[in-house]
Amino acid sequence: MKFTLEIWRQFDGSDENDKGRFETFQVEDIDPDASLLEVLDQLNERLSREKQRNIAFDSDCREGICGACSLVIDGTPHGPQQVTSCQTYMRDFIDGQTITIEPYRANTFPVIRDLAVDRGALDRVIQAGGYISTTTGPQPDPNAMPVSPEVQEQAMDAAICIGCGACVAACPNGAAMLFTGAKVTHLNVLPQGQPERQDRVIGMVEQMDAEGFGGCTNYGECSRVCPQEISIDVIGMLNREYRKAKLTKKSKPDKAMTTQ
Amino acid sequence: MIEYWRSTIGKKQVVAITGAILVGYLILHMLGNLNSAFGPGADEARVDWYAHWLRDFGEPLLPHGFVVWVVRVVLLGAIITHITGIVQLVKRNREARPANFPARRIGRSVESIAMLGTGTLLIAFIVFHILQFTTLSIHVTPVEPEEVYANLYYAFQEWYFLAIYLAALILIGMHLRHGVWSMFQTLGLDNPNRNAKLRHGSTALVVVLVAGFAAVPVLFFTDVLDPPKTTAVITALSGVPV
Amino acid sequence: MTVLDSKIPAGPLQDKWQNWLDAHTLVGPRNRAGKNVIVIGTGLAGASCAASLGAQGFKVKSFCFQDSPRRAHSIAAQGGINAAKDYANEGDSAHRLFKDTIKGGDFRSREANVMRLAQLSENIIDQAVAQGVPFNREYSGALATRSFGGVLVQRTFYTRGQTGQQLLLGAYSALEHQVAAGNIEVFNRHEMQDVVIVDGEARGVIVRNLITGEIERHAADAVVLASGGYTNVYYLSTNAMGSNVTATWRAHKRGAFFANPCYTQIHPTCIPQSGEYQSKLTLMSESLRNDGRIWVPRKSGDDRPPAEVPEAERYYFLEERYPAFGNLAPRDIASRAAKVVCDDGLGVGGTGRGVFLDFRDAIGAQGKDAIERKYGNLFEMYSRITGDNPYETPMMIYPAPHYAMGGLWVDYELQTTIPGLFAIGEANFSDHGANRLGASALMQCLADGYFVAPHTVTNHLAKNHDEVSTSDSAFDEVESDVRGHIQKLMDVGGGTSAQAFHREMGHVMLDKCGMSRTAEGLDEALTDMRKIKAEFWSDLRVDPGDEEFNQSLEYANRVSDFLELGELMIHDARRREESCGGHFREEHQTDDGEALRDDDHFAKVTAWEFGGDDPVPHDEALVFDDVKLATRSYK
Repeated sequence: MKFTLEIWRQFDGSDENDKGRFETFQVEDIDPDASLLEVLDQLNERLSREKQRNIAFDSDCREGICGACSLVIDGTPHGPQQVTSCQTYMRDFIDGQTITIEPYRANTFPVIRDLAVDRGALDRVIQAGGYISTTTGPQPDPNAMPVSPEVQEQAMDAAICIGCGACVAACPNGAAMLFTGAKVTHLNVLPQGQPERQDRVIGMVEQMDAEGFGGCTNYGECSRVCPQEISIDVIGMLNREYRKAKLTKKSKPDKAMTTQ
Repeated sequence: MIEYWRSTIGKKQVVAITGAILVGYLILHMLGNLNSAFGPGADEARVDWYAHWLRDFGEPLLPHGFVVWVVRVVLLGAIITHITGIVQLVKRNREARPANFPARRIGRSVESIAMLGTGTLLIAFIVFHILQFTTLSIHVTPVEPEEVYANLYYAFQEWYFLAIYLAALILIGMHLRHGVWSMFQTLGLDNPNRNAKLRHGSTALVVVLVAGFAAVPVLFFTDVLDPPKTTAVITALSGVPV
Repeated sequence: MTVLDSKIPAGPLQDKWQNWLDAHTLVGPRNRAGKNVIVIGTGLAGASCAASLGAQGFKVKSFCFQDSPRRAHSIAAQGGINAAKDYANEGDSAHRLFKDTIKGGDFRSREANVMRLAQLSENIIDQAVAQGVPFNREYSGALATRSFGGVLVQRTFYTRGQTGQQLLLGAYSALEHQVAAGNIEVFNRHEMQDVVIVDGEARGVIVRNLITGEIERHAADAVVLASGGYTNVYYLSTNAMGSNVTATWRAHKRGAFFANPCYTQIHPTCIPQSGEYQSKLTLMSESLRNDGRIWVPRKSGDDRPPAEVPEAERYYFLEERYPAFGNLAPRDIASRAAKVVCDDGLGVGGTGRGVFLDFRDAIGAQGKDAIERKYGNLFEMYSRITGDNPYETPMMIYPAPHYAMGGLWVDYELQTTIPGLFAIGEANFSDHGANRLGASALMQCLADGYFVAPHTVTNHLAKNHDEVSTSDSAFDEVESDVRGHIQKLMDVGGGTSAQAFHREMGHVMLDKCGMSRTAEGLDEALTDMRKIKAEFWSDLRVDPGDEEFNQSLEYANRVSDFLELGELMIHDARRREESCGGHFREEHQTDDGEALRDDDHFAKVTAWEFGGDDPVPHDEALVFDDVKLATRSYK
């Protein structure tokens, strides 16, 4: 197969003058079973031979679980198949077609170079409450706190989030509601998560706002690009948890979160 | 409370609650309108009686027109809060996103894309609607104070008023189809088991609401409802004072 | 010859760890904030260790090359984690888990370490559940278990097919909790370049900030390497693209011994390679072997669709050769059996290097729904990658490099031969011997990170350490070496990318130092590797600009270490004149093709001291007091 690739180049995301632009590359003799990232690998090998600068992009596990890969393919985060960028195969495209490849676009995800962006904001949202404040040490036997399979499934359906940030990139408002909602749902439905459920949601929402993510307008695009198919039900859950926490909670949220 | 308003979710929930107030009002308004369908009546149109009843409500305990004014204040407050919240959220959302982002939209409903547009047009319509039937400032067709049935009848004899109102109803339908379901989602009143029902229920509510509102102008335009009988209107029509 | 002191505590095997804990030195709570620890890597071992040390009140700096600590490759582990809880009432126990692991490792691991691992296994499950890891549950709400390769009990706990992901996210959340508490500082997109030794002890690291290219110095009272395994030495493996040996290899070059580098695991159930430019292989969880039956057609060149091959003409080679364990034979055995049938020309698929993993009978017996509930996401993943539907046609699988049992030599305290430098998780060599059993890696990483290293590192921190500053001359020297190496890579000025060299060396290593090895092949491999290394240093192309985001430089830097490690693996495989676990020397096999150990000469660990082209081997004898050395049989 052969393709025309329109690839975003931006050599230094921190340089205000480098606004970025598309560059066009022709690739030929492509195996239909190759992944799009493998085509970028091949292109980079060629660029090395031609002594041209390689295209920068993030990827690591290449099996759809680490969440590192982060391309906007033909205008859609991770491409048309609702899988991660690394699991987008060339057989998903039409021979000879033009494919545009861009980085995630959100002001909370500054471009580092070309297609690589900085998603540190998501880590900071987790730091604001995306955990159960337990420390290493003797713990109760798990069967002393039974969890019904339904609740486990509900938690797991949210916990499978890979933190890739496609939801933010897809959202016209650049909101991180699906990401945050998934973590809040995971922890707040489990019995272990109950003591901190209010602090958790308030802390995470405040951090989300502080990072500059937008708000939810219930478009549902986040869920439609999510490679883990996380439902926007988690956003309903986030909204509910936040409302209840704000209306019933008296004390300031920050104490429980800084315990050692 | 200030913190709640400052957070995106809190602000959005305030927008949802004020939206819910407005929807609640629309339901009552629609039911009230349906009084017109009883026709001009023997001596007083039922809708006229209803209008008087609203104003007299609670007398002598409450002053004349009290309920109406309370409702007006609440509605004005709700609309202003609704719009302020939206404007601030839109600003925030645009800041979260680089300008001119060329992304394709993925499976968004037309209604959700058009929320801002339908909302803005609806503000214009509300102003027009108040000028026509509340302040009676638009004199294209005959209008008289306290003659609700007659005012409606003559207005909806004209195809262009019918068209304007039906168009406004389409806007309301679109705005609410996304808005009503969104309200449940934003307030977190939904859950996975209820979600489909909520979506369908929201759509059904919107259909009923729009149909109920549309019935009145259509019935007038198609002459299913008889002309008014009051003297005031005869005067207006003939142009000769009695 | 240096005597390797494994520091195994005295006392009965079961009591050794408790004895050690009772005797070790502590640091008082008020003094902990003054003690600094560097942890390299944020996988299961690194994140859990950093979080545990941070929770005790030590000041921890945590480094990862990925853009977030949550992306470490532990996240890709699918099947499960072992724990001897015996919820299934099968008579399981820590001792049984210990024995299974020793046997699974073909009697090439340390008894004391493995016993400690088995004893700690239960605590790991408790710890993870307390963090909110949503393990699968029975209808009663109790934890569910399943069985895995190489054992006869159901002791594997799992969260669908994403156990590694959930356990890592648990450890990551504990890490981020300590970040919020101010005890840990995370440096993402920072890659360790070298370790700094002051007065014979590890006192810091040199790292490269991958975004700015800046070379940074960090000092500490102890350094913990949790940088994972080196299976990417084979180029195509189930490891992540970024998985590399640089941290452990540079430590090795500074004096840490590297143990058993030839012990690598080739996992039997991976999706076969499809094209030359394929960048990685994808694992299909071993749990699939619970219900899938592995077979090839009995006739060579049988190209009928699999469904049309009658029962009598199907060769269920694992079930026939190993009736007791059947399709659940341990990984090394299952992989080699697959290789043997493919070498005999019975392989299937376009390349002839594949075998069927068939769910027809399981679907027939349990129904499609039951299979979908157990393996739905794995089936989906398979069909995503290959375009085939495994509910209708059998999967095709082939072994792929997966895990490195070898790693930095550590004593019982997980300390390397450099005092103050610890190695945990896959980065060390200690617990799996010559072959790792399924669902044991997660167990070992978390045991090391949550329950062992926090105490053994504390024991080291309790010694009085002089303040060390990053302006110490030792930092100057190491930084200048690091800069020199990077400059050397920049200066080659050739026209071939690091990936091309990596691919070439991967072929050599897999071919001649992979699933089966011969003296002759290994000698050839050494020559080939040296040739590739020479070409690398004369024709490498790296993008200009070392003080900026430069992925081609990162890659070349990693490949330069793989090239050196590959040679050491070959030396090790050449020296070990026996077959054991994942190390199969064709010269040493039984009449029916099974691995033939030589316990008289090789019941020992080989720990290599760095010596350039002539590395120096040191031996640590393995003593078996509890289990009896026996021929490992799964028949």
